[in-house]
Amino acid sequence: MARHSTVTGGDDPVGSLLDLKLVFVTGKGGVGKTTVASALALFASLRGKRVLVCEVDAKGDVAGFYEAPPTGFNEREILPGLFAMTMDTEASLREYLKLQLHIPVVGRIGPLAKAFDFVATAAPGVREILTVGKLCYEVRERNYDLVVVDAPASGHIVGQLAAPQAINNLVKVGLIRSQTDWMLDILSDARATGLVAVCTPEEMPVNETIELAVRISEETTVQLAAVVVNRVLPELFGRQEEAVFDALASPGPLALLDELVDGDAAPVLDAARLAVTMRRTRSTHLDRLRQGIDPTVPMLYLPYLFTRSHGLRTTRQVAASLGEELGY
Amino acid sequence: MATRSGRRDRGDRAEGAPGPTGGAIAPAGRHGSMDGLLATKEIVVACGPGGVGKTTTAAAAAVMAAVRHGSKVLVLTVDPAKRLANALGLDGIGNTEHRVPGSAFRAAGLKPRGQLWAAMLDTKESWDALIRRHAPDRQTRDEILANPLYQNISGRFVQSHDYIAMERLYEIHSESDYDLIVVDTPPTRNALDFLDAPQRMADFFSSRLLRWLIVPYRSRLVNVATKPFYSIADRILGTEFLADISEFFILFQSMYDGFVERSDAVGRLLSDRRTTFVVVSTLEAVPLREAEFFAEQLTARRLHLGAIVLNKVLPDYLRGADGGVVAEAMKEQADRFASLLAPELAAADAAIGDPTQIARVLSEVADSYLNFQVVALREMEERSTLSVAPDVLATVPFFETDIFDLTGLVRLGEQIWG
Repeated sequence: MARHSTVTGGDDPVGSLLDLKLVFVTGKGGVGKTTVASALALFASLRGKRVLVCEVDAKGDVAGFYEAPPTGFNEREILPGLFAMTMDTEASLREYLKLQLHIPVVGRIGPLAKAFDFVATAAPGVREILTVGKLCYEVRERNYDLVVVDAPASGHIVGQLAAPQAINNLVKVGLIRSQTDWMLDILSDARATGLVAVCTPEEMPVNETIELAVRISEETTVQLAAVVVNRVLPELFGRQEEAVFDALASPGPLALLDELVDGDAAPVLDAARLAVTMRRTRSTHLDRLRQGIDPTVPMLYLPYLFTRSHGLRTTRQVAASLGEELGY
Repeated sequence: MATRSGRRDRGDRAEGAPGPTGGAIAPAGRHGSMDGLLATKEIVVACGPGGVGKTTTAAAAAVMAAVRHGSKVLVLTVDPAKRLANALGLDGIGNTEHRVPGSAFRAAGLKPRGQLWAAMLDTKESWDALIRRHAPDRQTRDEILANPLYQNISGRFVQSHDYIAMERLYEIHSESDYDLIVVDTPPTRNALDFLDAPQRMADFFSSRLLRWLIVPYRSRLVNVATKPFYSIADRILGTEFLADISEFFILFQSMYDGFVERSDAVGRLLSDRRTTFVVVSTLEAVPLREAEFFAEQLTARRLHLGAIVLNKVLPDYLRGADGGVVAEAMKEQADRFASLLAPELAAADAAIGDPTQIARVLSEVADSYLNFQVVALREMEERSTLSVAPDVLATVPFFETDIFDLTGLVRLGEQIWG
């Protein structure tokens, strides 16, 4: 694929992504957010780190990206050094009550679930805080070198990351207040926590990423650690070669080519034309992205994979590309 | 209900019959066309996973209905791309409905038979309007609007989008005279959230726990049954926050009946026969499975699955077996072909007659074809496994360029029109 020079000097800002303790991976729906989160976690574990990957969307399928059976709230080691879990805010509440208040919640879950559902709807941010709280807890207890979160899509992530601050503003005293204080310490520490925005070089994902960057800096204390541009199409040929291509597609040479291949060469040339146009449209969006994002935020480019399958093999491929972009 | 003047001129056409310009062969229609679907429904809800072109598809369907039918059509979008918003005249307008001017259509070379209106969903503004509608008096209204909890719910927290989108749809449907409303759904964590939102809202306001929580503080202490609940809640949330919550809900309780009644009405509207759902997806595995699940759920809830629109499908020529053979030959014999092609190319322009360069172009082109063929074949495989049967199954080819104006929307619309 076409290589883009990304590291803009400074003290190795790209490499520092793996030095973080807590990385939230977000992006507009359909851009490959879960792929990138899974690949990042895999890559870190291959580098010898003890990694937890946590999916926040219950419907997500992080385990599928490693071809492992579905995960639950209790983390499980699915590959050496790589643990996976699925966020469950109700389970998180139970764990919290047990650990913090020494209230063991045994017995029937039904009434608790109902009460919880109610409180979560009534007091905004409860669901969010239980998610962020559990993740920060894992970081604080140093159970892992790195926690990678397959976070909500970009439309939802700001609310999630802003929840501790929002709760902090609403709740003046009480246990929750002191809890949000230490969460905020972790979230605002740019050496510990970072957000990775995944994007494809298309109109809406680029718009959303630029918007997200603004909102993250205005509404949360979390730092944008990197933008991952996924599905970058290869550059087929340069300008001179394009002239050759155009000439090949003209009637005379095309007739000769048909004869040589003993068939209809036009579809093959049409496909190339399509690929060139696609790449061109995408590169204008890529330019917009570069202009819209703070130049100190590293951009990592991942190639379009011509498979569209997902599974461990694909995750490994993406992890390798990611590693390359991170300078390893 | 307002007069539906736009309907009359089509009254003699049977449901599902191809439109005047629908063409003889629908690319993938099973037993209906989008034309027929849009002509017989009043509400079309476009839904599906993120990133598949839901907003654009909704806009295209609305534009087509306005152009081809003599109807007054509204497209209610949630988060259109800036250029699309511009094209619909929505830039900086927000919640109110605006007519897309005839000049915009003329500029695109179109003569619409009907009218196209557009509006964008502003969550906060819609919530405020809802409070104004249901508040019993000015003081309650102002207190709610100023309540920090309310501001959080209406502005920041996402579930509220789901409800308000459906609420706004209901409001527009019941109070204005559109023949057809095409509504885009907000990006949700779960595509089903917005369906459940009206019921959840009703449940929420009828909850017994809500009543517990808003019992005046003093009487809580004497109630033995509820005391443990409050003591835990106090320890976690703090008394002051609980008091804030109580106040908020005491205020909200005054609007209880209105809210529940309204939520029920919104729920009924979604399951009404006049409403249909269009599930939008691409043929990539993950979005397609999600779309399929969603379609199954619609059917299970007895909601009308009107159509599935498959977007961004790669062109047919990528799937031909011949194409693959040709590309393989081109790749394997690139050097030989190049030396034979070189004189022909050089005759036209000496600068492009270099055999090495020609060989490289041939093999790049062939590689690219083979790459895309893998994807195109997988797409077809995905499509063949589709297990749901909507009235209309439309396939939209991949467009090399973005769709951001009326011309583009019509181009897309013609593909889904069938």
